[in-house]
Amino acid sequence: MENMETFLGIDYPTLWYLVVGLLFSGYAILEGFDYGAGAWHLFFRKDESRRIAINAIGPLWDANQVWLIIGGGALFAGFPVMYATMLSAMYIPFMLFLMLLVLRSAAIKFRSAEEMKWWRNSWDYIYFISNTLIAFLLGVVLGNVLQGFAIGPNYSYQGGLFFTFLSPYALMTGFTTLSLFMTQGAIFLLLKTEGRLHARLTFLLRKGMIFFIISFSVTSLYTLIFIPGVTDNFRENPVFFIIPLLSFLAVANVPRLVSKKKYFQALLFSSLTMAFLLMLVAFQLYPTLLISTLNPKYSITIYNAASSKKSLGIMLTIVLIGAPLLAFYFLFLYRTFKGKVILDDTSY
Amino acid sequence: MDVEILARIQFAFTVAFHYIYPPLSIGLGLLMVIFEGLYLKTGNKEYEVLTRFWLKIFAITFGIGVATGIIMEFEFGTNWAVYSRYVGDIFGSALAAEGLFAFGLESTFLGILIFGWNRVSPKVHFISTIGVFLGSMFSAVWIVVANSWQQTPAGYHIVGEGFNARAEVTDFWAMVFNPSSVDRIIHVWQGAFLAGAFMVLSVHAYYLRKGRYEAISKKAFKIALVVATVVSFTQLLSGHSSADGVVKNQPAKLAAMEGHYEPSAPADLYLLGWVDNEKQEVSGIAVPGGLSFLVHQDVQAPVTGLNAFPKEDQPSQVNAVFQFYHIMISIGMFLIALTFYASFLWWRGKLFETKWLLWIFSFSVLLPQIANQAGWFAAEMGRQPWIVYGHLRTSEGFSQEVSANQILFSLILFLVIYTLLFLLFLYSLNKKIKHGPYNEQEANLNSIY
Repeated sequence: MENMETFLGIDYPTLWYLVVGLLFSGYAILEGFDYGAGAWHLFFRKDESRRIAINAIGPLWDANQVWLIIGGGALFAGFPVMYATMLSAMYIPFMLFLMLLVLRSAAIKFRSAEEMKWWRNSWDYIYFISNTLIAFLLGVVLGNVLQGFAIGPNYSYQGGLFFTFLSPYALMTGFTTLSLFMTQGAIFLLLKTEGRLHARLTFLLRKGMIFFIISFSVTSLYTLIFIPGVTDNFRENPVFFIIPLLSFLAVANVPRLVSKKKYFQALLFSSLTMAFLLMLVAFQLYPTLLISTLNPKYSITIYNAASSKKSLGIMLTIVLIGAPLLAFYFLFLYRTFKGKVILDDTSY
Repeated sequence: MDVEILARIQFAFTVAFHYIYPPLSIGLGLLMVIFEGLYLKTGNKEYEVLTRFWLKIFAITFGIGVATGIIMEFEFGTNWAVYSRYVGDIFGSALAAEGLFAFGLESTFLGILIFGWNRVSPKVHFISTIGVFLGSMFSAVWIVVANSWQQTPAGYHIVGEGFNARAEVTDFWAMVFNPSSVDRIIHVWQGAFLAGAFMVLSVHAYYLRKGRYEAISKKAFKIALVVATVVSFTQLLSGHSSADGVVKNQPAKLAAMEGHYEPSAPADLYLLGWVDNEKQEVSGIAVPGGLSFLVHQDVQAPVTGLNAFPKEDQPSQVNAVFQFYHIMISIGMFLIALTFYASFLWWRGKLFETKWLLWIFSFSVLLPQIANQAGWFAAEMGRQPWIVYGHLRTSEGFSQEVSANQILFSLILFLVIYTLLFLLFLYSLNKKIKHGPYNEQEANLNSIY
């Protein structure tokens, strides 16, 4: 293979695969609580509660969105073939996702700009629907990636155009992602609120966790029974069974910590759950990125999708320089805005 | 309509809409750095009021810029899959650098800028303002580098054939500093400074006309006028340098900009005109030999014309390229005249008494916006039929697997959502301007300063 330049014994495409995985995990964890918090929006009844919920993510969501932008850029940069084929094959879900992102941003910015009841109500609906559907669509895309696409020669997608992406399995992964984000969002909001809203959230979080555990179990069982080849990589390297084990433990630990009211640890473990589940997906696919359902020889792998070793080398250097900077910015930002939400004249 | 046309319309629409906002953010960022810096230096509360006021408008502008920008990042993949595979190796590093170095910086510090007034010290707040401003400047660098590489590819080689062909980086720095990068980055930055400076000039000219917030408006107007005067003039220089690059690297584009068809003949410089692409004629007012003079400092020197290229390699919309280019130039010249005249009146102490001039300034915000858009349309339409100049045609670059109906669906949705967004932007802008930097009824100047 041409891309056999290595660093610490790992070839460049695999390293970049890890970078992309890390970025997507960061995105899922951070925007997980943003979208998740938004998916509870209509469950809060008072206007002030809704404002507090929006302002809990107020100073953070723009920064969290950086992970989507860098993740998308990293995919384009490192695996342009995968980026191009996946986005054009999933044209409708991605377009909906992007437009919902725009509507969501508009809702955050404009919702509290006017006092009129109809104004705020309309934006509340837009905010709730966009967050819910964004979380759901991300899961749907993940489900499609796990199932594979009708990819023919020249990496071209030959499947259906409008509704193919809504397969039963994709719906299941969609609900699982939504429930995971909602759990994450509720725990995050618990850290940011006090009083009656806080009490209401403890009640909602319990529902969220039940929703998650049901959809997670159903999806996991369905995956094991109906998705071919998911356990192949694990059978070859049994040591990696540690990943599903760890994700199971992380999942189980969240309700335990919540019941002890240790919300910060609960948020950490719910974040770890996301990271482990994504690792699970990454490991079971590796080294394939997009499975061709037509013929395995048309599958897109990290090797035939990768940029040149020269380009990957440059990008790895950029990441080595940029990642510590970004980490510093984030630490500074989160430290500045730690603690409960206080509404003031700069709030949304 | 076919897929290619629809994909082009959608891209043009989404990117043109997006480009209303980032230049405004960069330009307002510069003004905010100046205002807040003066506040820290002098301790004069008026500058703090100005910083806070413009920050509110900046926040909305920046927000819409980001939201519409994410769409661009993914639209390459959804609508231009072949192109994405072709340039991924090259663009990848530019986009990755943009995300990490530029967007990471601006988006994290934005939160502190908007919500951190009571949580960080004034100095840290000022550093955050600088961080956001520099981040937006870096963003422009990487995006313009990527676009410039499409115009004047360098530091690469082509690997593979047909659908599997792609460009791969051979020299990162040659790719970054390709022949048109530096000129165009400076040109784009200055266009952005003008967008921001004229926004500030417009709003404060409006206040001055209405007799509101006079003290701070005079201060803000003067500062913005200095920026606008200097940059309007230096923009002419960077524009000239950029055009010199087009002569060398993209002669077909230059020929289209002036509607020059003869393969090798002295060329005129049009002040305005209309190109008939069928008859290959331009009717309008021209300086004879003007283009030859600008290019070669000799009115008799031949300039390469469109017919030096095979028909299939010529831009098809010559008149559009010509018009967009001339709109940009005319506005640029007008801005130089306007700012120099205003500076002259300032020197004579008559600036704020000249009501008709303030009236022109109140509407001047539109001019750099139109010039920025026109400049990009000229640059992008002039590059046609190529998506990567000399290598990949636009007609080969779109996603083969996406259908016309899908694009129509997304295009209609974009039209609806962006119209809504634009109306909301105008509404909230208007509201913030009407409301003003502070409440004049409740606070007189003495009580707030």
